[in-house]
Amino acid sequence: MTALHSPRHSSEPLSTRAPRRQRKPRKQIGPIWVPGLLLVSPSLILIGVFVYGFLGWNVRVSFSNWRGLSPSYDWVGLSNYTSLWHDERFRGDVRNLIVFTVVFVAGALLLGFFMAMLLDKGVRGEGFFRGVFLFPMAISFIATAIVWRWLMDNGSGEDTAGLNKLFAAVGLDFLRSDWHKSDSMWAIAAVALPAGWALSGYVMALFLAGMRGVSETLRESARLDGASETQIFWYVVRPALRPVTFSALLIMVHISLKTFDLLYALDQGNLRIDTPSLYMWFTTFDGGFYDRGATIATVLLLGVALVVGPYVWFTLRTERR
Amino acid sequence: MWKGRLTILSLVLISVLAALSMWNIRGASNDQLEVYSWWTGPGEEEGLAAMAQAFEAANPGVRFVNAAVSGGAGSNAKAILASRLLANDPPDSYQRHAGLELLDDVRSGKVHDISDLYQQQGWVKVFPKGLLDNLTIDGKLYAVPVNIHRANLMFFNPATLRELGIAAPPATWTEFLAQAETIRSKGKVPLAVGPEWTQKHLLETVLLGELGPDKYERLFAGQIGWTTPDVTAALAVYARVLAVSDVKSAAGDWQPQVDRVAQGSAVYAVMGDWASSYLETTKKLPWKVGYDVVASPGTGGVYDFLSDSFTLPTGARRPDLSRKWLIECGSTDGQNLFNPLKGSIPARTDADAGLYKGYLGWALEQWRDPKTRIVGSLTHGVVANNAYNAEIDSALGLFVQNGDQAKFAKTAELQYRETQ
Repeated sequence: MTALHSPRHSSEPLSTRAPRRQRKPRKQIGPIWVPGLLLVSPSLILIGVFVYGFLGWNVRVSFSNWRGLSPSYDWVGLSNYTSLWHDERFRGDVRNLIVFTVVFVAGALLLGFFMAMLLDKGVRGEGFFRGVFLFPMAISFIATAIVWRWLMDNGSGEDTAGLNKLFAAVGLDFLRSDWHKSDSMWAIAAVALPAGWALSGYVMALFLAGMRGVSETLRESARLDGASETQIFWYVVRPALRPVTFSALLIMVHISLKTFDLLYALDQGNLRIDTPSLYMWFTTFDGGFYDRGATIATVLLLGVALVVGPYVWFTLRTERR
Repeated sequence: MWKGRLTILSLVLISVLAALSMWNIRGASNDQLEVYSWWTGPGEEEGLAAMAQAFEAANPGVRFVNAAVSGGAGSNAKAILASRLLANDPPDSYQRHAGLELLDDVRSGKVHDISDLYQQQGWVKVFPKGLLDNLTIDGKLYAVPVNIHRANLMFFNPATLRELGIAAPPATWTEFLAQAETIRSKGKVPLAVGPEWTQKHLLETVLLGELGPDKYERLFAGQIGWTTPDVTAALAVYARVLAVSDVKSAAGDWQPQVDRVAQGSAVYAVMGDWASSYLETTKKLPWKVGYDVVASPGTGGVYDFLSDSFTLPTGARRPDLSRKWLIECGSTDGQNLFNPLKGSIPARTDADAGLYKGYLGWALEQWRDPKTRIVGSLTHGVVANNAYNAEIDSALGLFVQNGDQAKFAKTAELQYRETQ
């Protein structure tokens, strides 16, 4: 087919620059949101099935009496939740989880913030230190736990090992601790040590990025106005770090609520460092209590939602403004 | 433009290839036998490989697929296995501890009754009666035991006893508690323990020693309660034994637990006989010289066993091959291939005794002795089903933490009824 036979083309003015086939805007089929929806639909479907579908399934199982290898979906109402409420192990787990979260999150935030501040002041070889602080995050929690299991060994006499041995060697015997095996109700706080060791570098990276985001001109003008470095930090840098702090807090809290592998490998079956996620695993896969496991998972989900919900609400509100 | 199209094209290609490979695995499964186990440790891995080799040699053209999952003394493998069984995608044969650990699988119809195989192969005559009793579920047999381990053992270092002037290891737990006084006054730990499951293992041996084999069996069969006077007294002994152990600074695993005994910082440790092959092979300590072992206090002449066994799953792709595998598992040749490498003894009483030296020779002699009383282990899944066992774990964890013995007994009794 040539252009000559086409009346449409012949009527157009001849131009060398005109493309042979003119690209016309495609005709819009259906409403404007359809292509967009089509574009995101694969991920929507996948998330719908693999996240929300299974989530719903899990909630359904928590209302059933499924035990062992024969699934059962008989409706039992809230009885799994009420028996969990009276479950002594679960109560201890919740308490442990709260202690762990508070100590670990506060510790990781403070330490990360402190390291970021030091780096921000400009040390020589900053890249090196940044790497060193971040490296622990590259190690899997299982490996971290195996190493710290030895570091936090509480053997005495000839069996002294790990940190306690180090303390004894440098004459700091009074620092000797039973760590996570101590009789105290706060034993799980010791686990914040390896967890904080692994993740404070990450918090540092977040804070460092936040600090670097504060424009130098702001600091300069503050200096011109006669502000001291402390005042600059308090009145200029600190407010700018608020969103970063908020994100870091949120990320740490939800990591803390989900912590499993670290505790699993550190001291299996020690109820002083037991948490709901561990109980969920053991009761489901050792005992076959799928109903109870699903109930614990649902309670954990609600716990995480309590943390994430306000955050989502807050960001949506600020973005709209 | 081109870049985008190329990306999409390659993505499509990758997904097609991925799908093809999955299809391929499914397609090629006809001439293979997939055996699922948690045998990945030193010794047991070689033992399994030797059996696999023998199986392939006896069945030309069939590929043996070793689907072993490592970690957590089988707990990781059990979790993955549970998901496969729930999805009705079983391996051709899988490992379980012999006994009630298999109860859930049986009641859920996940395994076939293989009593006919027992008759056909004459296994009912070569396995001891005590073992067969513990293997039988609802009057039928569902698994073939490959090996036997003994749980009621007390390890010690003869040099430590000499140094402390102790003539012999204790014959009863009362005697042990008396020795413990002396041992503590000399600055050593009387008993080394490890993580929670080793404390449960200790509970089992104390109960067995204090109650005797008959009452022990009746306790786990639900015929006597946990709150009866005998059991209460036995639990009190357990609490006292635990009090003189290093439970506050318990070792992280069973190897460091027995290491403490080998090094001499602790005097005794209750552990199964896998510790024996660890001490001999890894630590190079000869039996009777570097370490020694006796039946745990009060359990002389009693064999508290556990056993790894294999099953015939419902829906196995090649049940004929699965049955051939089970026949090898139960055969003298198969058991003699596996056990010397793993460091356990054959379940059969007619296997070649010459292959088992040192500790294993003594163990086999005890196993074969018709006077030996055979009972099943609690911690290792023989006398309690999985649900009951897991509930005891929770209750015992709390007991060790807060020392509330009455509550432990009450919970254990209640949970027995709840989990039947």
